[in-house]
Amino acid sequence: MDKVRVTIDGITVEVPSHYTVLEAAKEAGIDIPTLCYLKEINQIGACRICLVEIEGVRNLQTSCTYPVFDGMKVYTNTPKVREARKLNLELILSNHDRSCLTCVRNTNCELQSLSKRLGVDEIRFEGENIKCPIDDGSPAVVRDPNKCVLCRRCVAVCSEVQNVFAIGMVNRGFKTMVAPSFGRSLKDSPCISCGQCIMVCPVGAIYEKDHTKRVYEALVDEKKYVVAQTAPAVRVALGEEFGMPIGSIVTGKMAAALRRMGFDAVFDTNFAADLTIMEEGSELLGRIKNGGKLPMITSCSPGWIAFCEKYYPEFIDNLSTCKSPHMMMGALVKSYFAEKKGLNPEDIYVVSIMPCTAKKLEIEREEMIRDGMKDVDAVLTTRELARMIKEMGIDFVNLPDEEFDEPLGMSTGAGAIFGATGGVMEAALRTVAEIVEGRDIGKIDFEEVRGLEGVREATIRIDEMDIKIAIANGTGNAKKLLDKVKAGEVEYHFIEVMGCPGGCIMGGGQPIHNPNEMEKVKQLRAKAIYEIDKNLPIRKSHENLAIQKLYEEFLEHPLSEKSHHLLHTHYSKKELYPLVK
Amino acid sequence: MATVMEKSGEEKLIEKFGKEKVEKFKKALEDLKSMPGSLIAVMNQAQEIFGYLPIEVQLYISKEMNVPLTEVFGIATFYSRFTLKPSGKYKINLCMGTACYVKGAAMVLEKIKEKLGIQVGEATPDGKFSLEPTRCLGACGLAPVMMINGEVFGRLTPDDVDEILSKFE
Repeated sequence: MDKVRVTIDGITVEVPSHYTVLEAAKEAGIDIPTLCYLKEINQIGACRICLVEIEGVRNLQTSCTYPVFDGMKVYTNTPKVREARKLNLELILSNHDRSCLTCVRNTNCELQSLSKRLGVDEIRFEGENIKCPIDDGSPAVVRDPNKCVLCRRCVAVCSEVQNVFAIGMVNRGFKTMVAPSFGRSLKDSPCISCGQCIMVCPVGAIYEKDHTKRVYEALVDEKKYVVAQTAPAVRVALGEEFGMPIGSIVTGKMAAALRRMGFDAVFDTNFAADLTIMEEGSELLGRIKNGGKLPMITSCSPGWIAFCEKYYPEFIDNLSTCKSPHMMMGALVKSYFAEKKGLNPEDIYVVSIMPCTAKKLEIEREEMIRDGMKDVDAVLTTRELARMIKEMGIDFVNLPDEEFDEPLGMSTGAGAIFGATGGVMEAALRTVAEIVEGRDIGKIDFEEVRGLEGVREATIRIDEMDIKIAIANGTGNAKKLLDKVKAGEVEYHFIEVMGCPGGCIMGGGQPIHNPNEMEKVKQLRAKAIYEIDKNLPIRKSHENLAIQKLYEEFLEHPLSEKSHHLLHTHYSKKELYPLVK
Repeated sequence: MATVMEKSGEEKLIEKFGKEKVEKFKKALEDLKSMPGSLIAVMNQAQEIFGYLPIEVQLYISKEMNVPLTEVFGIATFYSRFTLKPSGKYKINLCMGTACYVKGAAMVLEKIKEKLGIQVGEATPDGKFSLEPTRCLGACGLAPVMMINGEVFGRLTPDDVDEILSKFE
């Protein structure tokens, strides 16, 4: 690789010749402020915050776009640079809706921190504020264009990473905005509700649809029996909202907090993940034995389901008919548990705590309404749960560890790893292998399916048969994989797709950090997930005693008639741009 | 669910604009399609042939050119040359250049808007007139000036508007 020598603020570093000034400065230990910059996917110099002086080059240059050259001399900290950066920021602030106190991103806003960092101490310019309506038509994602600073990071993620193309730049000049085409609501656009735009928004211009209010109401309603369930990925991220180190495992504190909030029962979606493995594993074996549609593709991720229905309807019959784990849990709570406990299912209110925004879309699907009842009534993101815990005055960090409630709180390591990309696949392999071979095969860790790469594949030998599998995380990666399958270039038996890059641990409902530090966050959260798995006494779904009991007492066997009624669903082709009246 | 694309994009276009125009556009599209960076040229052809770029046209272009609608729409709303609404049979281009402006073009504009009951960039419901201000027409000696379908009217006052528009029945 070609290297060049660059001197930044008097510090000389040797860096690859394809580096930008911003990257070189980082090597030199110099932190240039940025706003619109997203490594590799949004390096467009739009916000003009990362300006630097380059010797011999006229005008200040944006360091995120300017390539290095040998002998280059850069100054990042001259009065001219500082003043220009500050002025540009002041201009961004001049027409920004500065209602910080009531903003969902108050105290976790890049624009706020940047104003502080660049020493903005007064609002010198008052620009024209064009008041735009807030788009809250989508059941999952809300857009507030008044807060938008036009950094385009959301557009880059939606287009380049997720390949969804729901939003783009519209109009020009002062009227420029980020929006779906033709003035539509996100609800009538290709949006899949994955929430990855939320994760990269530096301000409060995109956020999840609030469900805290309805949960507060349910919690004080004496007629309601309110049940919480928590997804595998929440327990490795929730602590971050309370200042705990990234990757802290807070399962016990989370259960304790939910109990203190007033939930009547605290169950674990990991239990339902184990159940999913029983149903989905049996479905896979059935398809392989009976010549069913292959490859079978997982259906746990509602963002992925929405993507498939909109962009790859030809793969709808490949989707597992299994509902996602939290929907299975909802259905069971309102049937099995209600029966056991002598409760009227209509009095039960199920709240899912999810790392996900698309789950908010999923609970509204008409396929998920049984006998006029929703399986799940509300979905709180990890962030929303943290907000409620804080508002309710619960000292999260100092809570004791508590257990989930029985019988739907018991889970295995297989359920736990659903939170990371490759987890569903590994959990399925642990069970399928033993069902097929009819014995304990002594293998638990399928290292070959782990990792954080966007697309992975492996061949697993089970009972003299080679099972070909593939894993994709992020819908953009799913697209790459499916295009190959479609072209007949590759063949698989089983594919796991998660809508978000990295899987649920990086879901659109997780705590927000600077997106340029997300790679590290991803690794730490994934490590925590596999640690939970490793430390559990039972690590295979079919060995979960509560699952065995559930089949004995209620469901009879996987894919039974009752299972089909409660735990399975169907999908249909959806238009990218449905007709709007 | 009823959808925009329930029928094929082409069927929708034919329904809206007739077979002749659609065939003409398809021909233009075929000629341009393979050239890299030809999206704007294709949109230009569509604007010429259909008169404006409604969602049916943009979805068709998006599909044929294999670019997301967000990109087509972004371009359509960036350049003032493209319009999303149909223009009228008679296109009124009122000059808002400096000379015309200081000689009272804004008052003429108000009068036209009032008379036709439309805003800038819109067409009358009967499709007869549309109103689009322009930059300098190069006829500053006649300021304020406007063109209707190429015919020039100069030294305008608000009182002239009624009479001029009545010529275009």
